Amino acid sequence: MNIDNIRNDFPILHQEVFGHPLVYLDNAATTQKPQCVIDAIRQYYEKDNSNIHRGVHSLSERATKDYEAARETIRNFFNAKSTKEVIFTRGTTESINLVASSWGGANIGKDDEILITHMEHHSNIVPWQMLCERTGAKLKVIPMNEAGELDLAAYAELLSERTKLVGIVHMSNALGTINPIADMIKQAHQVGARVLIDGAQAAAHMATDLQALDVDFYATSAHKMYGPTGVGVLIAKEELLNAMPPYQGGGDMILMVTFERTQYNELPHKFEAGTPNIAGVIGFGEALKYISNIGFSAIEKREKELLDYATKKAQSFAGLRQIGTAKDKACVLSFVLDGVHPHDLGTILDREGVAIRAGHHCAMPVMQFYKVPATARASFSIYNTEAEVDALFTALEKARDMFA
Amino acid sequence: MFSLGDLYKEVIIDHTKAPRNFGKLEPCSHDAEGFNPLCGDQLHVYLQIDDNNIIEDVKFEGQGCSISTASASLMTQILKGKSVANFNTMFSAFHDMATADMDDKPDEDVLGKLAVLAGVKEFPSRIKCATLCWHTVKSAIEDAGQPAKTE
Ligand SMILES: Cc1ncc(COP(=O)(O)O)c(C=O)c1O
Repeated sequence: MNIDNIRNDFPILHQEVFGHPLVYLDNAATTQKPQCVIDAIRQYYEKDNSNIHRGVHSLSERATKDYEAARETIRNFFNAKSTKEVIFTRGTTESINLVASSWGGANIGKDDEILITHMEHHSNIVPWQMLCERTGAKLKVIPMNEAGELDLAAYAELLSERTKLVGIVHMSNALGTINPIADMIKQAHQVGARVLIDGAQAAAHMATDLQALDVDFYATSAHKMYGPTGVGVLIAKEELLNAMPPYQGGGDMILMVTFERTQYNELPHKFEAGTPNIAGVIGFGEALKYISNIGFSAIEKREKELLDYATKKAQSFAGLRQIGTAKDKACVLSFVLDGVHPHDLGTILDREGVAIRAGHHCAMPVMQFYKVPATARASFSIYNTEAEVDALFTALEKARDMFA
Repeated sequence: MFSLGDLYKEVIIDHTKAPRNFGKLEPCSHDAEGFNPLCGDQLHVYLQIDDNNIIEDVKFEGQGCSISTASASLMTQILKGKSVANFNTMFSAFHDMATADMDDKPDEDVLGKLAVLAGVKEFPSRIKCATLCWHTVKSAIEDAGQPAKTE
């Protein structure tokens, strides 16, 4: 893997911020987009723009073909069984809300329990809380240890025949922890619970084989995998989707509408009401091809190298406390610095051209666990370099000196 | 171009490291909590306002960045002994300063040493840090009963 070539694929990286080369270390929030993705979206708007699944003219046929080809690319990427199981949404958040609302509404009652982990993103907490409020079901939390690893013994204890759904983040955006989802899914299935995996963070960093993992519901977002914002996917087992009521009603999700009755469309269209983000889906497909061309073995090797390099620097940086030190983690360096609030770090680093995230990372319970109001987070991607990690730490020294 | 030094002036660093009037005020006549959901800043302000609507004492506690801590610290110093009507004038002047155009000079007659915070207007994502304490006092005085928010 040649980093220079990869960096050249991303036009946005080649700019200066306040007179310094941009060092983009906010990849967990959203990754940058390679030229091929930008070109695919542009090509669609310049050559093929039209509505899908309804026109008989050439443009509509081309747009429909590209949209559906992207669905197949995405199926193949995650090894889903069939394109009927691949439903386009606005992103992870909407995918989870779809499941909580449609599947949850039909399957969760007042004596049921929903299990989630302590390190979930708000998008895998709030929809379940809302469902519990509606139904009287109980939300329970799988605890974690100081390193930011799930307590699997406690998980086994929490599982029971009352457990109807287990929601697990594959990789934590706040900590970088990679959770052992394969075993956790098996355990959940033993008590008859369904499992939803939040793949938003993990999907760009490691291969995910949904059939091998036997995942019931899988949610992810294109924009964290070099694709466009506002588009993502829910991948779910066909038999579950068939039994679920539609999430939204409207165009495209119907076969036949009369004022008396509506017959819903086949999967996956039953869950795709209205004109979708056509350009976004096409860009999503292109992004996954980009990842596949590099290959996960090269990606994982390179990203581990970089995280190890950054972690070593962090460990020897006076006054820095890492938040999240799980044995199995990727691409995220979350930390607090004595005497400098993360928000100030964010501003000071920005003036050095270094973009990081400061805040609670939409995971407030994680902040509460570590008793910090916020953390600073540098998150890495395939195009980041050791020199950029050095720039991060040079800027951190500056921040430390300012408040010394 | 504004530099970091225009934001992190010495006075601000000083108030960050040693915030004035930090702690709980007991008893107090008014208090309120403020949150900045963007960065997780939390602030609690306490006021003792007498029958003539004079702010006899004011304190704050909470967790926040340098800008929100220094802003609250400076605010408590300046509000002591002022009337509620004075507060309202200063609230507006402070708000104007934080959101003004680059070239507008802060109203130093009203704001006094609070003018050191004028630099925030060049750092859009930090304006709310500076104004959080003012919103929180406003909601304490108005007895809104709801935490103040910056958005
Ligand atoms: C772990 C995790 N889950 C869910 C989300 C939500 O993704 P989106 O905002 O694209 O719906 C994010 C993104 O911030 C995330 O990191």
